[in-house]
Amino acid sequence: MSGLAPERIRSLIVTLLILVCFVGAWHIATSSTAGTVKVDEEYAKLVGAAAATGQKSTFPTPVDFARTVGGHIANPFYDNGPNDKGLGIQLAYSVARVAAGFALAALVAIPLGFVIGMSRVLYSALDPFIQVLKPISPLAWMPLALFTLKDSSVSAIFVIFVCSIWPMLINTAFGVASVRREWLDVSRTLEVGALRKAFLVILPAAAPTIMTGMRISIGIAWLVIVAAEMLVGGTGIGYFVWNEWNNLSITNILTAILLIGLVGMLLDLGFARLQRLVTYRD
Amino acid sequence: MDMSEPQRLAGMPVDNAGKSFLRVERLKKAFPAAQGKGETVIFDDVNFQIDRGEFVCIIGHSGCGKTTILNVLAGLEKPTGGHAFIDGRSIEGPSLDRGVVFQSHALMPWMSVRGNIAFAVRSRHPEWSREQVDSHVQRFIDMVHLGGSESKKPSQLSGGMKQRVGIARAFSIQPKMLLLDEPFGALDALTRGSIQDELVGIVRETRQTVFMITHDVDEAILLADRIFLMSNGPGAVIAEIVENPLPRHRTRATLHREEGYYGVRNHLIDFLVNRSADYAARARVGAWTPVRVRPGSSPSPT
Repeated sequence: MSGLAPERIRSLIVTLLILVCFVGAWHIATSSTAGTVKVDEEYAKLVGAAAATGQKSTFPTPVDFARTVGGHIANPFYDNGPNDKGLGIQLAYSVARVAAGFALAALVAIPLGFVIGMSRVLYSALDPFIQVLKPISPLAWMPLALFTLKDSSVSAIFVIFVCSIWPMLINTAFGVASVRREWLDVSRTLEVGALRKAFLVILPAAAPTIMTGMRISIGIAWLVIVAAEMLVGGTGIGYFVWNEWNNLSITNILTAILLIGLVGMLLDLGFARLQRLVTYRD
Repeated sequence: MDMSEPQRLAGMPVDNAGKSFLRVERLKKAFPAAQGKGETVIFDDVNFQIDRGEFVCIIGHSGCGKTTILNVLAGLEKPTGGHAFIDGRSIEGPSLDRGVVFQSHALMPWMSVRGNIAFAVRSRHPEWSREQVDSHVQRFIDMVHLGGSESKKPSQLSGGMKQRVGIARAFSIQPKMLLLDEPFGALDALTRGSIQDELVGIVRETRQTVFMITHDVDEAILLADRIFLMSNGPGAVIAEIVENPLPRHRTRATLHREEGYYGVRNHLIDFLVNRSADYAARARVGAWTPVRVRPGSSPSPT
């Protein structure tokens, strides 16, 4: 244990050093060119005077960026109409969509995976469908979803549903199918009923594998929601990024990118914690 | 669950010879041969009876089908032919009447020691209150001297302690019969010895009927009233049934000083080393009846 703390401190120092180098390089790269950019004349006419001088469209300096992030953090929940909402509100929309799609997927995938994992026949029967459906980009479903569901917000949830379902389904089936035979034999010799066996033996035995599937799913869902919201528009962090691109506010886009990363990390950490809860040592 | 079950039930044989507690008749297990034609017979024409309160050990080389016989008795496996009866009723599946101790202890790693045993107790007595279950579980934890480790997970226990939990779990459902599949095979000699002593004490106290697989000749002599010797597979049979001539109250410490101990021991080892391979050919000729032996009472058949 005594050797661990210095090691952690050492890696922390390296992390900070990399961060400082990165920000420093960023500062040097942006401050030297700020304001001196000559833009194409036709482009200048198109975007207006402000952009023509290169002030707004240039890449922000770290200081600009920090100021913007600070402003967003200071006031995350303001709402000035459809195109000007606080980042907190936008993130909440995205997280809510991911949560809804993910929860629906879990409700379908875990029971279905349980059944598939128990029956070799069903496993083989459904395998071709799963193999074909799994590699389809979830966004490919978007037009179909918009056409049939006729609601952009519901369609975004549907897309999250579709992309979260496969890792959970496959992992649940695999986890259930590979529950050790001796545990099942014990349950048989104890004449344990089907429900009791499912909840007290198979579920805890397969729980670590199922949790891994859920963790993969939530990661993919968070990746997909940004793209889905760029397509459906209206609200959400993905829409925010796209909207800020239209506003040519690189600083806001960078802020959103940072926050997407942070929220993704928190989601993963949460599931890692859950995973640790259900993991058993043999 | 199994489509063939109704048909089996319809033609379910009735044990009419039955004063013995457990009877096995013409038991056979075979698998389709690898080449596709015919079958590979693991064992055939296995017959034996076990009385209530009797401790029987079965010894034989690997591959002779000991574990298959035990699994048939447990109801976990169906034989290719023949029948097994317990208390006059044909064994058609697993039952709480037969407690099994698995070689690999088969504890649920996500449950504590108490949880593992309570899982079995609640299966046997679903109507019991929490207090009843708790006190029953505690009794069996104390029986195997695991007091203080109730809340530990199996991964925190040594091999011997895990196997003690397995034994406590099997005893806790108070089965009519106990089936032990080489329970001490993976343990070191010292641990094995102390658990054997415990098992002797518990079995003597509960007058439990036990069928146990072992590879250890001394273990068999210490524990068993009768020892079944199986010939080598494929085509294995129970070649000899050896009655243990030593007095019933034997202990590990004094076992080797008992009169007749070396007679039995030599007989068993002699079988395993020299004779176990000779039976397959002889048994194929006709119905095979195991030779009954009581070493010491007559000259050893060497």
